[in-house]
Amino acid sequence: MSDLTHTTAQDEESKPRGIRWGMVALWGAVITLLVLLGWGLVRTNATRPEAGEAAPDFDVEFFNGFEWEGQPVANLSDMHGKVVVINFWASWCVECRLEADLIEDTWRKYEDQDVVFLGVAYSDVEPNAIAYLDEFNITYPNAPDLGTDISDMYEITGVPETFFVDKEGTIRHVQIGPLNQQTMDGVIQQLLGDSG
Amino acid sequence: MRRIIRPSLFALFVLGLIAFAQPLWAQDSSVSDDEVNEVARDIYCPVCESTPLDVCATQACADWRELIRTKLGEGNSKDEIFEYFARQYGDGVLANPPRRGVSLIILWILPVVLILVGLLLFSRMMRNLRTVPEAAVVTDSAVESTKVQNTPATPPEPTAQEEYLARIEEELGKK
Repeated sequence: MSDLTHTTAQDEESKPRGIRWGMVALWGAVITLLVLLGWGLVRTNATRPEAGEAAPDFDVEFFNGFEWEGQPVANLSDMHGKVVVINFWASWCVECRLEADLIEDTWRKYEDQDVVFLGVAYSDVEPNAIAYLDEFNITYPNAPDLGTDISDMYEITGVPETFFVDKEGTIRHVQIGPLNQQTMDGVIQQLLGDSG
Repeated sequence: MRRIIRPSLFALFVLGLIAFAQPLWAQDSSVSDDEVNEVARDIYCPVCESTPLDVCATQACADWRELIRTKLGEGNSKDEIFEYFARQYGDGVLANPPRRGVSLIILWILPVVLILVGLLLFSRMMRNLRTVPEAAVVTDSAVESTKVQNTPATPPEPTAQEEYLARIEEELGKK
């Protein structure tokens, strides 16, 4: 009996140890799972880009009748060298209506300087968004947020929300809720003055 | 004067009726609320978290329900409407996101991988449960036999059953 036990143990030890595919698959699955969980966690905990951080780049395709420098599409990086005011709004948003005239007036005031206003319609129905733009005679470039990609990047918590980006592409002020004239003038003039 | 006012009033009345009726035509009366809600219940409100469109009271949801009504009126199928909403507002607004990209990995591939890993772990655990007692028995008996070999040859102590049998034989012998 003892000999038998010894022989078996020796056999086990002398067996060539090949690749344990089961273990490889197991560890592969565990690592994949951890990577996915980590990635999900990072995405969930992503916070709104704040003042001092680089403004995330994005592409926009403007609503019919709107353009920037004669083009129906644009990219935020194309606007490098200008102060950019990105305003998230929606036609169903009551507070957006409170600031609509103010934003248009301010745009007209600064459009000859190095300032670009960019309206982004969040989760809006296109005919309603266009009706809203007509209602307030809005002339600055406006685009839908297709796939909510832009609002996801900027992690907006609602509308209206406005990001002021300086000429170097850095966010310098974030306004949650409706804007007022004092804030708009103050921030834009500061950003225009900063970069000469 | 009356001859002028009466036709004018009538014309105003007709114009008013047309103006009032226009939004009703725009609503597409051929599509019922039930048909709209059938699609709307699988789409989430963009404002309120995890609230289906058919039970949400916000203006945003009302606008989206009207959009669904328009799309159904244009002859779009349920899947075409879901595809449109996913393209316009992102996959996140759908109760059943399409099987592509991240959702394909998280909702479809990951559960299968987890089940396979679970089965693999379970089978390993069961194999260990089977082999450990056998090894223990073999080891115990090996230890016993080693003990027997190492100890001097002494007769083993009779068990209770052996004693009992011996006593029976003794009793039978007496008879």
